Amino acid sequence: MPVYAGNSPTSPDAAISRATPPTLLKIVVAGGFGVGKTTLVGAVSEIPPLTTEEYLTEASSRTDPLAGVEAKSTTTVAMDFGRITFDDPQPMVLYLFGTPGQDRFLFTWDDLAHGAVGAVIPADTRRLADSFTAVGYFEQRGLPFVIAVNQFDNAHRYTPDEVRHALELPATVPVLLCDARQTRSAATVLITLVRHALATLASSTTGIRS
Amino acid sequence: MAEDEQELRPYAVTQGRTRPRHPMRLVTLLAPGRTQPAGPLAPEAAQALALCRTEHRSVAEIAAHLGLPAQVAKVVLSDCLDAGVLLVSVPDTSNPTGSVQLLEAVLAGLRRKFPDVA
Repeated sequence: MPVYAGNSPTSPDAAISRATPPTLLKIVVAGGFGVGKTTLVGAVSEIPPLTTEEYLTEASSRTDPLAGVEAKSTTTVAMDFGRITFDDPQPMVLYLFGTPGQDRFLFTWDDLAHGAVGAVIPADTRRLADSFTAVGYFEQRGLPFVIAVNQFDNAHRYTPDEVRHALELPATVPVLLCDARQTRSAATVLITLVRHALATLASSTTGIRS
Repeated sequence: MAEDEQELRPYAVTQGRTRPRHPMRLVTLLAPGRTQPAGPLAPEAAQALALCRTEHRSVAEIAAHLGLPAQVAKVVLSDCLDAGVLLVSVPDTSNPTGSVQLLEAVLAGLRRKFPDVA
C-alpha cells in the first residue's frame, strides 16, 4: 500500500512539504510513576509539558491481560511531551517524551525509540527495581541511555557507583545524580546523554567494544 | 456516565474510525497545505490547521492541544492530509544515533541553550 495513498495519483509525494523544515530529534524519558519524568521534561522544555494519550490497543494484548480493568474496553497511557527548539548551529527541534516505565507500556516505546537520540531513565533509589524494565529494553535495542538518579528529599543518598552496581550496568553507561526540578541539572542529564551517544557511536565505528 | 462519555466521545470525532489512512508517528511534523479548505472544516481539523499555521507541529503536540488521544488525532490529521489542508513537513527518515554530525549539532545546540551547564 502506498504511503500517501490519499493524494494525487500523479504525485505520490504531494503530501510532503517542500519548505526546508528543521531536523527532528527526540529523547525518550522512560520511568515509573512519580520518579520525576514530568518534572525533568518540564525543567528543560520551552513549552509547559503537554500530555497526550495513546490507547492500549490489540498490539499489546499479548502482554497485557488487562487484569483488573475488564470493565473497560480500552485503557490509555499518558505521555508527557516537551520541546526544545534550536536555530544554532542548525534548525532543530528536540522533542522530549516522558513515557511510563512498566512492561505493559512497552508497545509505546517502539514508536518513541525509533530514530531517538537516546533515552533518559530517571531512577528513584527507593524503588530501583522500577527501572529494570527500561534498562533492559534500551540495552536490547542498542539505544544509548543514561540513568538520572533523582534526589528525593527523604531518600537515602546512594552514590552513582552503588546505583550502577544495583542495576548491573557496564562502566560505560553514565549514572548521574540530578535534581529534576532544576533546569541546569536536567539540562546536564540531556547533555550527558548526547555525549554518551557520541561516544557510543565513536566506539562502534572504530570497532572497539565498550 | 461520565466515564462512558469519555470512552465514546473521541471516536465520535472520527465517525467511529479508529485507524488513520496515512501512517503517522508521534513526531511526524505537519505543516499547512497548499490547498485552502473547500468548505468549513470540522472543529478539530480547523484547530489543527490553525496550530500548524503558526509553526510546524508534531502529531503529539497537536493531539495534546486538541485534548484528543494520539490515535484519534491521527485519524483527524489523516483527513486533513487527504483534503490537502495539511502536509507532512518532513519524512521521518533521520537516524541521529548513526550521525556524528547530527549528534554534535545537538550537543552544540544544547550547550548554547544551557550555557551554565558545566
